[in-house]
Amino acid sequence: MTTDVHQLDDGAWISVNDSREVNVSDLWLLARSDFCGCETTDFLAEGFVKVGIDYPDIEARIAGQCIACGESGVTDWLTVGRVVDPESGEFYGVDHESIHFPEKRTRLARPPE
Amino acid sequence: MPTKVENWKDEVYGNEIREHLMEFAEEGWDAIPEDEHDAWFERFKWWGLYHQRSGQESYFMMRIGTPNGVIEPGQLEVIGEVAKEYATGPADNPEFGDAYCDWTTRQSIQLHWIKLEDIPEIFEKLESVGLGTQQACGDSWRNIVGCPVAGKDKHEHVDAWPVAKDLHETFKGNDDYSNLPRKWKVAIAGCDEGCGQGDINDLAFEPAEKDGELGFNVRIGGGLSRKEPRLARELDVWVPPEQAADVAHGMSALFRDHGDREDRFNARIKFLMDEWGPEKMRSVLQEEYVDFELETAGEDMRDQYSYNTGSQDGHNDHVGVHEQNDGNYYVGLNVLVGRMGADDTLELAELADEYGSGEVRLTQRQNIIVTDVPEENLDDLLDEPLLEDYSPDPSPFMRGSIACTGTEFCSLSIVETKNRQVRYARWLRDNVELPADHDEFHIHLSGCTASCAQPQIADVSLRGMKTRKDGEPVEALDIGLGGGLGDDPRFADWVEMRVPADEVPGAIKNLVNNFEDAREDGETFRDFVEDRDEETLAEMVEPEETDYHDPYMHNTKMTWYPYAEDDDMQASPAPTDGSGEPLPSDD
Repeated sequence: MTTDVHQLDDGAWISVNDSREVNVSDLWLLARSDFCGCETTDFLAEGFVKVGIDYPDIEARIAGQCIACGESGVTDWLTVGRVVDPESGEFYGVDHESIHFPEKRTRLARPPE
Repeated sequence: MPTKVENWKDEVYGNEIREHLMEFAEEGWDAIPEDEHDAWFERFKWWGLYHQRSGQESYFMMRIGTPNGVIEPGQLEVIGEVAKEYATGPADNPEFGDAYCDWTTRQSIQLHWIKLEDIPEIFEKLESVGLGTQQACGDSWRNIVGCPVAGKDKHEHVDAWPVAKDLHETFKGNDDYSNLPRKWKVAIAGCDEGCGQGDINDLAFEPAEKDGELGFNVRIGGGLSRKEPRLARELDVWVPPEQAADVAHGMSALFRDHGDREDRFNARIKFLMDEWGPEKMRSVLQEEYVDFELETAGEDMRDQYSYNTGSQDGHNDHVGVHEQNDGNYYVGLNVLVGRMGADDTLELAELADEYGSGEVRLTQRQNIIVTDVPEENLDDLLDEPLLEDYSPDPSPFMRGSIACTGTEFCSLSIVETKNRQVRYARWLRDNVELPADHDEFHIHLSGCTASCAQPQIADVSLRGMKTRKDGEPVEALDIGLGGGLGDDPRFADWVEMRVPADEVPGAIKNLVNNFEDAREDGETFRDFVEDRDEETLAEMVEPEETDYHDPYMHNTKMTWYPYAEDDDMQASPAPTDGSGEPLPSDD
């Protein structure tokens, strides 16, 4: 089955296969990021701006701010979870309190099947 | 490429959603195909139903649109009955109990914990007295706001109530305008106090005189959401009352055809106004959407506006006892953060019937007004015990409080809001004294940048945030100062960011004390803020722990319900069936 991903309600949450999986208002720790000057960005997710699939990763660009320095903006693509088996469609979210590495995409997301 | 929401809307939208909604309600929650949840929940909004946040699946917020806030005789009782019978959830709110109504900043009503299976009965009850939920949410004409005492106000130049009612009847359920790129918010007022708050609406009609005739000037493109606040801009158009609907037709059709359907974040007309500017907006309206010559703007009355201006002079709100134009009185009652228990709502319905005409009206400051009270009934009404809780003469901190829904039910909010603002207001009432010449002081708490509590137009603006305290993440608020409307509307300056929520009351106390010490004689708080730079103001806001206790410092969004005894997400009973019993999980 095709994995269906979108953000809804003004970017309040990410839906994966019609199930609410990732919400705003969590803190994410971002490393090796040019989001702000902090060594580790203590990033408050305020809204999901874009979502995509780079199989098996579910990715998002998130609007928010670093609560340490106050810099605000939109992150590069961040993996928020995975759908390992598209047949089952089961979503495995990442632990947002762990360290994450936002990346600029170097290849296009897989087109929808 | 159109968004997924646009694709869903292309398949089913508008009036036809109701038929599907009723079928699902008849069959129960499980009848909605799991892989169609998102599409249907997006569509249900058009009928005023908003699926509550994560952990509260199968429960809905229901919004009832009451144009201009007018609740006609007999309607309040039904609203209270519906709230009492259907708006009860699996857990109580510690401040407000198990059933309550929220009066909103758009003069509407919100009920929570509504079950899908109950919707047909609720619709029947509401519609039996002329109430409805149609287009209360979704991408269409929303509830029309205006001066809540239109038709009764001594400050009125044009009675805008018949016009508002005509717009409501014309555009509710109108297939030509049922699928707009985004929400469409309209304000209309005919008084010289500015209480329509047209400056923050997509389309605003404001009183103006042209060649000796009274009508409305038109403004376009106001709004507060997403850190992109805009004041509506003059279109240089004046219309007589009988042509207001024609211009409204034209403007909403223009928005329908030219609004951005490829990016919902860019879809509101304020962004089209950014792109086009007022001259092009006017010329496209003239050339393509109206079939008469538009008149240029008339002489407005904005220099007399007092509503939410911080001027401490004239009406800043509608709280208190005021004489109507027919010699009767209206009594504006303060409803702290806009939430009224269902039993209290029923009691107020009786009082309105006994002492007035039975009509009440909602304001954009989340308050309620009992109208048409003859002078001889005033003392008895004011002596009623209910008015001790909903006072016509409250503390400025109670009176000035507005709060959005917050993490209690809302997906977007970052922090708890309503109960927190209740606690703030009580603490400030008991611990802070404003200068004697300040009986108005507006504090608006919004849980996120969507700005449903209109934080940018308050004396003290509070917006949901997070910070760390002793290394632990806690709920926090950004603090802004000096916002307000009037002839010279101004958005707040955000001067102190990420203040832990338990230090905000201390910050406001220090701010008020610093204001008292540094102000010149007679200087209003708003003028005081306007005359100082952000750095100076930031120094006056000194966050401080006090004896104020905040029980919501943890991540309330991670709970299934912030006030439940066991608030862990896994403890949620949702989704439930029509009788509130948990449904078996798929796992």
